[in-house]
Amino acid sequence: MKDFEPKIMTFLCNWCSYAGADLAGVSRIQYPPNTRVIRVPCSGRVDPLFILKCLQDGYDGVLVSGCHPGDCHYISGNYVARRKFAILKTALEFMGMEPGRVQFSWVSAGEGEKFSQVISKVTEGVKILGPARKLVKSMDSLESPHD
Amino acid sequence: MDKLVEKIKDIFADEKLELLIGYTKGTLPLRATPILIESADDAGKLIFDFTCQNNLARYLVDEKKRGGDRRRVGIIAKGCDARAVVQLVLEGQFERENVVIIGVPCRGVVDPGKLRKKLAGREIVNFQVNGEKITLFGNGFELELKRSELLSDSCLACRYPNAVQYNYFIGEPAEPLGVRDGYASVDEFEQKSPDERWAYFEKEYSKCIRCYACRNACPMCYCEECFVDCSTPQWIGKGNDLSDTIIFHIVRVLHTAGRCVDCGACAAACPLNIDIRMLGKRVEKEVTERFGFTAGLDFETQPAMAAFNENDKEEFIM
Repeated sequence: MKDFEPKIMTFLCNWCSYAGADLAGVSRIQYPPNTRVIRVPCSGRVDPLFILKCLQDGYDGVLVSGCHPGDCHYISGNYVARRKFAILKTALEFMGMEPGRVQFSWVSAGEGEKFSQVISKVTEGVKILGPARKLVKSMDSLESPHD
Repeated sequence: MDKLVEKIKDIFADEKLELLIGYTKGTLPLRATPILIESADDAGKLIFDFTCQNNLARYLVDEKKRGGDRRRVGIIAKGCDARAVVQLVLEGQFERENVVIIGVPCRGVVDPGKLRKKLAGREIVNFQVNGEKITLFGNGFELELKRSELLSDSCLACRYPNAVQYNYFIGEPAEPLGVRDGYASVDEFEQKSPDERWAYFEKEYSKCIRCYACRNACPMCYCEECFVDCSTPQWIGKGNDLSDTIIFHIVRVLHTAGRCVDCGACAAACPLNIDIRMLGKRVEKEVTERFGFTAGLDFETQPAMAAFNENDKEEFIM
């Protein structure tokens, strides 16, 4: 499992984190290529169901990133998201899901450097955890598609 | 019991009720059934005792779906029913002035699942209550149980046995049972290792046959289209795949976060005795500790998940 390369889904809000990722790109800042990005209007748009669905479909980790508190383009979308995520994280960790699988961050449009750090940290964390097994949908067994 | 009937007759006239939701004797022993009456003449059918398990707020939601929400509706409410009504009003499902909450003191109700377990397939024809002892009579057997053995887990941990908000209250307020500390079972469970916890939930949820009885019994599940029934897009599979089932249960808990009044209707409705309460109780604890909100206590406070505070804790964010 040394050369395990996780697949990580990231939901980036259009106004801050997506622009932050863009800045990281145009600034040629290096970060691991393990992420797949879905651009969403706001971190408040992310239904916890999306995150569970990603884990079910075989992603090893999920990251949701939005604007810093106070900077939301829609004024309060990220505040509402923060409450939802707190509850989702509590529920998943209580059930026994590894804490590193589902992560949240605030990245502004000017924080290309921070974006690359967040992605590196999440990727490293998930690498240590290994392939996701809990919640993964599989016809025959709960073995991960990585094996 | 006559006192209840007399009072209800008075309330019917005073409040010009058009409908009253209450309980009546069911066809099975230890199982009262909900009844909707439209005239004070039928008040004699009403009962209230420890067999009145259903959360009647559910029928208030159904009444709205039938377009009857402009009628003046009375509802006989235990502590949990009343809290559910408050929460529904707060969520804009019902006008406060159209609902007349008639509180009754509750000393715990029978959990049909526990009864089923005790009987192990046998049927009872009658029962007798003697203080804290309940004797069940069936064909060729007799079973003596303590009352607390039959009461719902929600009741054993109940803190609000009487309606917090009400228009009328009939009888003397009951003391909370307080047999078990509200979150003791959750805290104890949390001591186990994550893998043990996951294994426990897998074992519990693998029993699920996806009948959605838990959803249908819940007064808070009133969506026009539930996410499990949605087919465009189809979020989760409709079969009995374990990961689909687990996701159903997680999302059901998330949707009732900060709204659940822990009436135990979901657990009581489950034909397979799945431990439905455990996860919900943990989320309830988090909502209380993190956001300082308890569902169904007053008509003013915004529900936790419909509000936010700029200073909410965010230690989990990277």
